Amino acid sequence: MKKSGWRGFFKKLYKYRVFLLMLAPAVIYTLIFAYYPMTGIVMAFKKYNYAGGIWGSPWNGLENFKFFFKSGQAGLVTRNTVLYNVLFIAVNTITQIAVAIFLTEIRNKHYRKITQSLMFLPYFISWVIVGVMAFNIFSSDYGFINRIITYFGGEKISFYTKPQYWPFILLFFNVWKGIGYGSVMYLAAIMGIDTSIYEAAKIDGANVFQRIFKVTLPMIMPTTIILLLLSVGGIFKGNFDMFYNLVGNNGLLYNYTDVIDTLTFRALTSSNDFGMSAAIGLYQSVLCFITIVIVNKLVGRYDKDYTLF
Amino acid sequence: MASEKHSNKIKTGSDVIWLNIIAYGFLGLIALMCFVPFIMILSGSFSSEQAIIQNGFSIFPQDFSLEAYKTVFKDPAVVLRAYATTIGLTVIGTVGGLLLQTMTAYVLSRKDFEWRNKFSFFFYFTTLFSGGLVPYFILITQKLNLRDSYLALLLPLLFSVYNLLIMKSYIMAIPDSLIEAAKIDGCGEFRTLFKVVMPMIKPALATVGLFIALAYWNDWYNAMLYIKSDTKYPLQYFLYQQVNNIEAYKKLLSNSAASSVASAVSLPTQTLKMALTIVVTGPIVLAYPLVQKYFVQGITIGAVKG
Repeated sequence: MKKSGWRGFFKKLYKYRVFLLMLAPAVIYTLIFAYYPMTGIVMAFKKYNYAGGIWGSPWNGLENFKFFFKSGQAGLVTRNTVLYNVLFIAVNTITQIAVAIFLTEIRNKHYRKITQSLMFLPYFISWVIVGVMAFNIFSSDYGFINRIITYFGGEKISFYTKPQYWPFILLFFNVWKGIGYGSVMYLAAIMGIDTSIYEAAKIDGANVFQRIFKVTLPMIMPTTIILLLLSVGGIFKGNFDMFYNLVGNNGLLYNYTDVIDTLTFRALTSSNDFGMSAAIGLYQSVLCFITIVIVNKLVGRYDKDYTLF
Repeated sequence: MASEKHSNKIKTGSDVIWLNIIAYGFLGLIALMCFVPFIMILSGSFSSEQAIIQNGFSIFPQDFSLEAYKTVFKDPAVVLRAYATTIGLTVIGTVGGLLLQTMTAYVLSRKDFEWRNKFSFFFYFTTLFSGGLVPYFILITQKLNLRDSYLALLLPLLFSVYNLLIMKSYIMAIPDSLIEAAKIDGCGEFRTLFKVVMPMIKPALATVGLFIALAYWNDWYNAMLYIKSDTKYPLQYFLYQQVNNIEAYKKLLSNSAASSVASAVSLPTQTLKMALTIVVTGPIVLAYPLVQKYFVQGITIGAVKG
């Protein structure tokens, strides 16, 4: 930089001193809690020991990654994470749009208000409580479902030892928790549709279903695509809160329920393998970063206003 | 609503009737499914242990009993301490977080601040890439030495870029002329922020405040990672611990064969879990009707990017 450039810089520094002062707490916070941990990714390439710490521990190249990939865990957790997210995104999008459309179509205001409020309720509780609810419903001894099964003379199902049921159980609670919150977005999009389009459709003799499929759905397509893309951006992120509270440390279910986030957590807390855990974390961060950049490109192609950066 | 404005004139066709059946049915079913698990917990908490062990959980209370609540409040100090911890964290975290987020968003929304895009990206980048769990864990436990400190519960949730973006989009909506007028009147930046901007973004403060408050109220994760002494447990982690202890206790009982049935019945375990859950969830469910509308506003605005 030229001398005058520096002088200009200091001049601005002075001019903006109050702004910079106001930004300082957040900047310091972000440096400590977000940027500083980024330097910790070197641990992924180290054999971490407590005495050496992040910088003093010996390097071990790609050993952590090798172990992660060779043990077959990488394939398993990546597959689970992606498949669960695809399943969640698909079912959430469909149910949330359906709820939003039905909420706008029904006439009874009280019914609309009450159902919407009830659907919003699960959003407000912690996953710890959802874990308790899941136990109430699926426990083999006291669960509501097994109570119904035995009532009809059936054989009890031991859900907590049978992994094949868990994709459905996890899907149910994922949809359950997000339906009220998620449908609000689509509701807002539908409210924004010009009512004259509906009137025109009506004059043209469209019935109510044609109006939904030929007017409402195409009109909320932009919102839908943006929201879809944004959720695709997080496709390598597992919802730790959900998986941990519903499944916990139940090793019997891992084949169907272990996601990247739960594995990272276990590597850190149960096996105390910091290097390995950091390697899995880095693997995930890189995958996430790449997907977000791609998604952002796609969003930009679709509608510049919604790009993230 | 869309349909209200243009119906009524024509006789209701069969398509409308079908739609109504589907719509009312679907919404009713989903609403019911959302609600029933809450009811199950509530009735479980008012049932007798014996009935639950024999019949399992149900939608209605079985053999009405207050035994579980009596057990919860036999030693109220424990629950109350967890409550105090959570309330304290929620209040301090919400006020502090709001201040931090509003102040930052205010600067980033000022068009006469040339560096605002650079700083925006500085914050935004942290949502694209992160160091992951382990470096963060080491930061909290070894670098900052916050293990078993309340700060380990307070700091991680204090600032979020998502909330910053919501706040920023609200502040951007304030006409520049108002801020300029304040400046001409001789207001400094801090005065402008607190006397001019803050009163105009009350809905945003409510929404973001609720987001932050909910995050603190429902946090158990940071407690699990960083808190060791049970006197410092916040509410949700307290519940988590109790639920798991009860399960462990139950296993222990069933292993000591002979006395198992008798003692399992005499000490509420399943109903105790339910009562604890109710005690922990109660306030949020009660406050919920009051705050729902702010959430709805916030989600819609937050979606339209920062």
